[in-house]
Amino acid sequence: MARPTPTARRTSAFPYLLVLPAVLLFAAFVVAPGGYALLLSFQRRKVNGGLLGGGTHTVFAGLANYRDVLGDSELWSGVVRMLLLGAITVPATVLLALLFAVLLDIEGTRLRRVTRLTIFLPYAVPGVIASLMWGFLYLPATSPIGGDRVDFFGQVAVYFSVGNVAVWGAVGFNMIVIYTALRALPAELYESARLDGASEWQIIRRIKVPMVMPAVVMCTLFTVLAALQVFNEPNTLKPLSNAVSSTWVPLMKIYDDAFGNSDIYSAAATSVVLTAAALLVSFGTARLIQSRVQQEAA
Amino acid sequence: MSVIPRRRRAAGAAALAAGLLLAVAACGGGGSGTTAKGGDTKAGTGTGGKVTLTFWDWDPNIDKVVAKWNAGHPGIQVKLSNPAGGDQLVAKMITAHEAKNGPDIAKVEYQSLPALVSKGVVADITDYTKDTVTKYDQATLKSTVFQGKVYGIPQDVAPLMLFYRADLFAKYGLTVPKTWDDFAATAKALRAKAPSAYLTNFDAADPGWFTGLAQQAGANWWSTSGDSWKVDIADAPTKKVAGYWQQLVDGGSIAKNPSFSPQWNKQMNDGTLLTWISGAWAPAQLGGIAPATKGKWKVAQLPAWTAGDPTTGIWGGSATTVTSDSPHPEEAAEFASWLNTDDAAVTEQVKQINVYPAATAGRSLPVLQAAPAFFPNQPDFYAEVKKVAPSARSFPMWGPDVTVTFTGYTDGFAKALQSGGSFTAALDSMQSATLADMKKLGFTVG
Repeated sequence: MARPTPTARRTSAFPYLLVLPAVLLFAAFVVAPGGYALLLSFQRRKVNGGLLGGGTHTVFAGLANYRDVLGDSELWSGVVRMLLLGAITVPATVLLALLFAVLLDIEGTRLRRVTRLTIFLPYAVPGVIASLMWGFLYLPATSPIGGDRVDFFGQVAVYFSVGNVAVWGAVGFNMIVIYTALRALPAELYESARLDGASEWQIIRRIKVPMVMPAVVMCTLFTVLAALQVFNEPNTLKPLSNAVSSTWVPLMKIYDDAFGNSDIYSAAATSVVLTAAALLVSFGTARLIQSRVQQEAA
Repeated sequence: MSVIPRRRRAAGAAALAAGLLLAVAACGGGGSGTTAKGGDTKAGTGTGGKVTLTFWDWDPNIDKVVAKWNAGHPGIQVKLSNPAGGDQLVAKMITAHEAKNGPDIAKVEYQSLPALVSKGVVADITDYTKDTVTKYDQATLKSTVFQGKVYGIPQDVAPLMLFYRADLFAKYGLTVPKTWDDFAATAKALRAKAPSAYLTNFDAADPGWFTGLAQQAGANWWSTSGDSWKVDIADAPTKKVAGYWQQLVDGGSIAKNPSFSPQWNKQMNDGTLLTWISGAWAPAQLGGIAPATKGKWKVAQLPAWTAGDPTTGIWGGSATTVTSDSPHPEEAAEFASWLNTDDAAVTEQVKQINVYPAATAGRSLPVLQAAPAFFPNQPDFYAEVKKVAPSARSFPMWGPDVTVTFTGYTDGFAKALQSGGSFTAALDSMQSATLADMKKLGFTVG
């Protein structure tokens, strides 16, 4: 956030050259498709006429797609389901990651490397594969974990079943982030704390956790963003039961509109609305965190 | 994975495609990445040049049939690819058409054809098929000829039939139900005799079988007069069918988990489920679904609403179509005609894919006297199919937005099964969603 100084003005084009690849990629794969989606969201397809339509043409639709999207109760039900799911996955992911990181960091923990790898490994399994695998574990006919007695796809249970797959896949990555932050803390802190008579638990509560808060906050932000984009897990579990509809979460509705019903225009409008909401949420969260940090610094 | 049959709607692979919010909607016009078009298509417009046609088809072993054509037609070579099956191929065809890199020829299920015609994806091939159409009866042509124009060459017809485990019926002392009343009584009787077994399951995931049952009962979800459509999904016959199955589900007489899932495969394989209401193509699928049950199934007529009535519905059945992007519609139509009306080609299809041919002459081919590989115990399999094929009825026409209706089925009925709602309410929501979509697209709805 430094103000440009006179010397900064004289710099060559070199820095621009360095950021060019990133900017080009961002323009090609985020800005351009985003702009195209925005354009599509103001259009609509109409048939040319006759019984079978005789081909189609696109017309300018103004805000009609947005009106339809915002008035669609299925989208809002999807948003509610997404939030319910997020209310499970976000705290579970972050707290478990923090717990595992702290446990691994305790001096004298044995089999540290193996345990760390074991917790991290699910992150390397693609979401679709993980969901299929968990699907087999949940289904009564194939379940080795009591699926014949517990209905993993019950009305309430389904949120935990879907959430479980997401948490299982995400904890490892977040644990590594927090664990790395813990390892970076100077050992002298613990020494002096011990000299002052602090127990291991007190060190964790009073020193370790507060000092890795920035890492925890970052993990929370990542997990919130992942929760807004939840798609793979419910979409893969959908054909296994009656519990997940084709519009279960907003991204599934977008996918179904675009590729199931070939209504790319409604899908674009929903995408724009969702992107705006996601940006708002992440900016809001970032601002909140920033002001907290500034308060603490002051 | 071999456990996932071709008809399954939401394949996991498709899920990989959509990660980013915007990318999902924005890549629609950008092509599907399947641009396997022959490089020399533009060059070979003259009669002397070699023409290469691309062909999208998901039938297992169709490559063996295509190889036969390629051997006999050095001037018109067909290149096969299998980018997806069923409804997913329809989605791919639409995106490929937008990007102008679609195939020349594609397999399309009957219910998707009006939608593809309305979007201008499939070409009118009336001029190239004057001879070919004489090889079909009028009832079959109704599925591919709209307002006098030919949009595809029928490949197979798939009357809805009752597939049952002959061994288990004998074991439990059950007789094959002839009417739906018998069917309900049998379902109940079985529960008493074998508490872990069910006569069948109510599948909310794939609408094909339910649509066929509605057709059997006399439903007309879509009909036309002139240029205007009539949509009547919650009509009296459909409500009768829905009410019948609601009773079976509520009474606990049948299972209610979706078909084409690992759970269902296991139930079909281990004898938990005793019947499958399915299209005549079932033998080719059963091998993958329940490999341990070879030789244990038999086919019978679908139970009737009034005893002795042979009327049934259909589930699936496909046509070979030529796309409007093809620079060689004439050659493409020639291949489509050969594939579905040439005796050698149809014989190969029956052998390899277990289709029940749509062409009139195809139904009398000697190859149909042999049983499908999975049904060695029933040599008269095709004779049974032939008996009901003439009385299989479809809707007067499939609507131009069937996917919306089918999504409505899946979501509506799954919700009813999950939370104990009513099937009739699901029909009403299918009706209103379909109507709204057609109006939005600008069709005339009367």
